[in-house]
Amino acid sequence: MSNLRSWFKEGTPWIWLIAGSISVSLFLVIGVLALISLRGLGYFWPADVMEFQYQEPKANAVRLVGEIYDQEFVSSTRLRDAGITLEGNAERVERLLFKTGNRDFLGADFRWIVGPFITQRSTPADLTVIERREWGNVYGYLRGVKEAGREVATGAASWDEFKVRGERVADLQEKIHRIEKDDIGAINYGMERLRLEQRKLELKQAFTPQQQGILDERRNALQSQFGELEKQLTTLNQEISRDSYLVELMDGRTVELPMAKVVRAFRPNGMNTFQKFRHYGMKLWEFVSDEPREANTEGGIFPAIFGTVLMVIIMSIIVTPLGVVAAVYLREYAKQGVLNRMIRIAVNNLAGVPSIVYGLFGLGFFVYFLGGGIDRMFFPEALPSPTFGTGGILWAALTLSLLTLPVVIVATEEGLSRIPRAIREGSLALGATKAETLWRTVIPMASPAIMTGLILSVARAAGEVAPLMLVGVVKLAPSMPLDANAPFLHLDRKFMHLGFHIFDVGFQSPNVEAARPLVYATALLLVIIILVLNLAAIAIRNHLREKYRNLEN
Amino acid sequence: MSESNTRTHAIDMEALGRVSQSLTLSDETAALTVNKLNLYYGQRLALKNVNMIIPRHRVTAFIGPSGCGKSTLLRCFNRMNDLIDSVRIEGEVQFEGANIFDRSVNVADLRRRIGMVFQKPNPFPKTIYENVAYGLRIQGVKNRRVLDEAVEKALKGAGLWEEVKDRLQSNGLGLSGGQQQRLVIARAIAVEPEVLLLDEPASALDPISTLKIEELIHELKSNFTIAIVTHNMQQAARVSDYTAFMYLGELIEYNDTNTLFTNPVQKQTEDYITGRYG
Repeated sequence: MSNLRSWFKEGTPWIWLIAGSISVSLFLVIGVLALISLRGLGYFWPADVMEFQYQEPKANAVRLVGEIYDQEFVSSTRLRDAGITLEGNAERVERLLFKTGNRDFLGADFRWIVGPFITQRSTPADLTVIERREWGNVYGYLRGVKEAGREVATGAASWDEFKVRGERVADLQEKIHRIEKDDIGAINYGMERLRLEQRKLELKQAFTPQQQGILDERRNALQSQFGELEKQLTTLNQEISRDSYLVELMDGRTVELPMAKVVRAFRPNGMNTFQKFRHYGMKLWEFVSDEPREANTEGGIFPAIFGTVLMVIIMSIIVTPLGVVAAVYLREYAKQGVLNRMIRIAVNNLAGVPSIVYGLFGLGFFVYFLGGGIDRMFFPEALPSPTFGTGGILWAALTLSLLTLPVVIVATEEGLSRIPRAIREGSLALGATKAETLWRTVIPMASPAIMTGLILSVARAAGEVAPLMLVGVVKLAPSMPLDANAPFLHLDRKFMHLGFHIFDVGFQSPNVEAARPLVYATALLLVIIILVLNLAAIAIRNHLREKYRNLEN
Repeated sequence: MSESNTRTHAIDMEALGRVSQSLTLSDETAALTVNKLNLYYGQRLALKNVNMIIPRHRVTAFIGPSGCGKSTLLRCFNRMNDLIDSVRIEGEVQFEGANIFDRSVNVADLRRRIGMVFQKPNPFPKTIYENVAYGLRIQGVKNRRVLDEAVEKALKGAGLWEEVKDRLQSNGLGLSGGQQQRLVIARAIAVEPEVLLLDEPASALDPISTLKIEELIHELKSNFTIAIVTHNMQQAARVSDYTAFMYLGELIEYNDTNTLFTNPVQKQTEDYITGRYG
């Protein structure tokens, strides 16, 4: 008995309890990460494509070609209730989500098929998957390649020919994309600026014929540039639409499709592991570096990554000085009385306000009030189309910095209170003013605590979605907030955000179940990005801690 | 109980070799003049009607039991007591012809000219160089060469140059206690103050470091006016030219060190230095 008592007195049960809780938390975190990794990363692996002979009762046998996307077991009663006649006494029946692609010819990308009705399964080596820019994937058998309407390869030889021409097409696509996005984009931007300049002069009633002449000259210069580019584009478009290919679909039809729309093609059944890994790597790279296609369900999410990171950076730049100055004032300068305590309580409570309320505040105050005012004063020429009077990356960053301000203030105050009095007195005794002491000695010593506040605020803000929906996030942004056109950083532009992307793809896409792996992949990416940001900040903080460590003598 | 004509002395001034010095307060020029200084912590009167001068280029020691107000008085001289909200001061301290408690006085400037070294060494978590150059940078000195020379001069003046000249860019906190205190002294003298206030500078140090600090004080005397608060009477006897004995906020006796330790006038002083209490 005394053993038990001493066991309790030493505090051992509490230690076990704490260790147990920490372990459980760790398991949960690892479990979440594992779940989204498995489900998300599996999305990019080139799965086998199959050919099924499918016979539903009282229907003809059909050939199905495509990819198994998902698999579930449902109770046979449920299926029978839905009107499907099932043989046998099996309790549970397998159902497969089968991706047949070819939306332009078959109507839908996906269909549910019942396992027992599959009479034959095979994985033919020459079954081809072709990813396209529109209408989804093509699953079928390559029958031929045509150049300018003339057949240049048929049957087995078409695959090699297809690959060669595919590379050429990819090259041309890149060139076209660059001209359209960058060059013509710059010209459009320039034209828009000219239009706004003219409007501004008109509003000021300073639009003289001389001005008109100048603007017209610049406009003509842009127009001629545009003409040049247009000619280039026409040539490139002609070249790219030269080739086409013939593919036999699962219903037996052979259709001719333009090679210009092909992104990549591969034969997963015939790929060895090394090739599959290479393919996987390429798809991963495309995921993080490309732009989205097909309503955010295909392609990459680079604009969302960029938007998220840029917004977090702008938010950090806003919240850090604000929070530090507020904390310094509250602790160092303000008289420590009732008012001071009330302000501190108010700041702490601010951290508990639901984030959607911040979104509403951001919308009402920043977007409509401030943004509207800025528009009226500085951008009257663009009205009625709002510049800052609508959501944008600046207002989003400001809203989130308000959200995380209490965290930074509290962390900074903590840090300031830890600075020993002796250091402050030492500085003052040398003839420094209070402000100089703060700036040169105290605040640098509190910088690890400030970094802690920043880390916490980044972690919180990078995951918030609800307020952003009101103040500047969009499903698809026409252009990014940072580009090659002056003034390079466009704080008034709307942006894409990973958190919102998850919501959009996961709940608002045409086929929710099919999009789920993409949701996991995006979630994994978001977690990784936050992790990287946090690790960077922690590394900086550790460096600062080393630098300002107070050694005990 | 000793008879009045046989005084037992705790300090053997002869052995310390200080008997021959003859110093008189009335011959000295005052660096600081204290007139009717009263200090209140809230309602409590902590310094009672202190009147004295701190003579220039001399070492003045303040001794007395704990809580007698020596540190409080010292901190008045560079207005460090301003940092405590509940302090109220009556009276004046004259420095270079003006009362330091005047509203028009630039406190930061005053503190540059009356420097202070604290009991526990408090170097900044910066390099040794930056520690010593701190005060100069505050004054706006940016020229690298000027700073280099000033840092070297200050470190030499503090007796630390030889030990750290090869590692000026290393962290000041990496030094030993005694070295840190000398670093802090170097930092204080780098801005070339007129008066140096030392608040028990060696009480946190080992005997060897203490000795070094005392030697330093002796050398610094020629350029600075020094006021030192100390618990250690032997130290006061060794180091100072004039000694003030304080008790419960009052200045009981103030005389040249030799006289105070061999022929104290007040009975309280005698009781303290012979160890009867305190």
